[in-house]
Amino acid sequence: MTTTPLRTSHATDHLDLLESHAIFILREVVAECERPVLLFSGGKDSAVLLHLAVKAFAPQQLPFPVMHIDTGQNFPEVIDFRDATVERVGARLVVAKVQDSIDQGKVVDPGLMGSRNRLQTVTLLDAINDNNFDAAFGGARRDEDKARAKERILSFRDTFGQWDPRKQRPELWQLYQGKVNTGEHARAFPLSDWTELDVWQYIERESMALPDIYFAHDRDVVLRDGMYLAIGPFVEPRESETVERLTVRFRTVGDANCTGAVLSRASTLSAIIEEVALANVSERGATRADDKFSETAMEDRKREGYF
Amino acid sequence: MQLATKDLLRLATIGSVDDGKSTLIGRLLVDTRQLFDDQLDAIAEASERRGVGDLDLSFVTDGLRAEREQGITIDVAYRYATTPTRKFIIADCPGHVQYTSNMATGASTADLALVVLDVASGLKEQTRRHLCIAALLGVRSIIVAVNKMDAVDWSQLAFDRVVDEIVTLSRELDFTSVSIIPVSALLGDNVVESSSNLPWYDGPTVLDALERSEAGAWEHTTTQGARLPIQWVLRQPGGGRTYAGMVNGDTMRVGDRVTLLPANVETTITSIHFGGDEIDDATVGLAADLGLAAETNAGRGDLIATAPLPTVSNELKTTICWFGEKPLVVGQRLRLKHTSKVTPVRIKIINGVIDIAKLDIDDSTTLNTNDIGLATLQTAELLVVDDYRVNRVTGSFVLIDEATNATVAAGMVGHASFL
Repeated sequence: MTTTPLRTSHATDHLDLLESHAIFILREVVAECERPVLLFSGGKDSAVLLHLAVKAFAPQQLPFPVMHIDTGQNFPEVIDFRDATVERVGARLVVAKVQDSIDQGKVVDPGLMGSRNRLQTVTLLDAINDNNFDAAFGGARRDEDKARAKERILSFRDTFGQWDPRKQRPELWQLYQGKVNTGEHARAFPLSDWTELDVWQYIERESMALPDIYFAHDRDVVLRDGMYLAIGPFVEPRESETVERLTVRFRTVGDANCTGAVLSRASTLSAIIEEVALANVSERGATRADDKFSETAMEDRKREGYF
Repeated sequence: MQLATKDLLRLATIGSVDDGKSTLIGRLLVDTRQLFDDQLDAIAEASERRGVGDLDLSFVTDGLRAEREQGITIDVAYRYATTPTRKFIIADCPGHVQYTSNMATGASTADLALVVLDVASGLKEQTRRHLCIAALLGVRSIIVAVNKMDAVDWSQLAFDRVVDEIVTLSRELDFTSVSIIPVSALLGDNVVESSSNLPWYDGPTVLDALERSEAGAWEHTTTQGARLPIQWVLRQPGGGRTYAGMVNGDTMRVGDRVTLLPANVETTITSIHFGGDEIDDATVGLAADLGLAAETNAGRGDLIATAPLPTVSNELKTTICWFGEKPLVVGQRLRLKHTSKVTPVRIKIINGVIDIAKLDIDDSTTLNTNDIGLATLQTAELLVVDDYRVNRVTGSFVLIDEATNATVAAGMVGHASFL
């Protein structure tokens, strides 16, 4: 790093403080746990998380692998981004496939159009178990959902992978203690205190790359249950539906068949930041069919061991 | 669009159950338009289904099923709010005594406590307990929302009676900044909008008081000397090593004379790095890594400090908030985590338990669940500590149950001045 000019650093604005806090958590968990892994989907939050992990351990390589829970229903742009990013940072990628869980008879295939979102939990817990991971970093944020708002930065899972919101460890000061007994594991969420807007401002500040689908583009979509779904291998138009070609972007990236696009002309980071700052619908409300089932959909999934 | 640089204020709500903490935070977030339309719709829908009116504001933070069924807060909810110049991290803490450890979790990182109490019942024992814990945790500023003014017909007399109680206790607990505001969280009076029901009150609203209070108090405790507890050692290309950790206490600069502890090796900072880039100083709160002139075998758990230096000891006089289910007794063995160091510890002496009502120490020799007491600890390895009132990072620790790995106590080096 001899070519980098000296600069004065002042950890004073909110992004600096959030960044350093996240780096601190990454280092602490790596030091306390035996076999951590970073969950990386190729979405914006996990991209920020991986970026922070690289910073936390620079100039050395990442001291842990990254893992993608692959539902097999991805946007191809996101998989391309995943592979390019992992190669650029020189990380080892573990891919755990929901299809394998289906083939093993552990979960039932919901069919081409069915959501595999909930099935990921089984694949995730098996992969954690098979690889003996004792800590998994995730990019979840507390502003995403009311159940997430209740979760600790270091959150424990019993031998069944379950989260018990009534029995969380006290988490005092910045004394994160990550020790677990055999068979248990910790989830660590370094972006807990970041909001959607913080994430976008940070991406802009760091000039980070992201999958193209986050930026406005023309795409064939159908309007289903109040959301624009992209026509593709996992979404076919139904008889009653009309395919429209619209200028859209994705505010979150999940499975292609349950992530809605939003109408948007924001094709640059600064335009996206402006859009997010003025939004009147939440990120998950605008784009995730999987959260609309019930009042406590996220809490129920988290209890089972979901991200 | 140019978004201004913001500072960061962390606050925790404290007070007894049913005095309206969650409702106040709900009101604050709704009236400052921090909630999205779909979130408001979901809260309205849940309120109707559970038969609690049009919009139960406590549902903004009480997000767990059990919380909504029972109408109480079980664990801390973190919510975020922004104004043009400030980001707020709000920890809405539970009021029940059995969830005191969760309250301490929320308050341990707070710059400020937002105290909520019912004007009709005044300072309950649980509110005193929370204020006492907040004071012990180093919170120096409080905003007291005297709630449910609508239920006492906006009576100035009722308000003044509570004010006297608060002022007396605040003096005893050494709070340096105290704002006391009559509010109705339910109706919104004096939360964000000034109230026309309270013509006798001309002070700030809760939001005004929050915007005026000092941010970053957590990071900028009264300090003596810079500290960097080593979390991790990084190998640099070419063979050197740097020592990674978060800077606290004071800025560290290239060229600073530092001491590596507990080894007591004096040396100089030769380089400072952040995220792989070289920088020339590291301010408080920065997760940096440092190069040192001396060849050392420093590692995780060691500490780099500038003068005045911290204390190196294996015997500590401490204040302990005990959360374990069984009582803490003399001779008990636990694990202690202090900065990045973990060591076995034994309880050598228990000097007494704090009587919350009288704010003095009795002569108990055991600590029951949620008791706060004074204890002398003996650690297997040397610790490098500051008094908690001087440095919240090097002055704090947790105790861990060796069998379950559960965190069973919050500990502070030294004793609060009001004891």
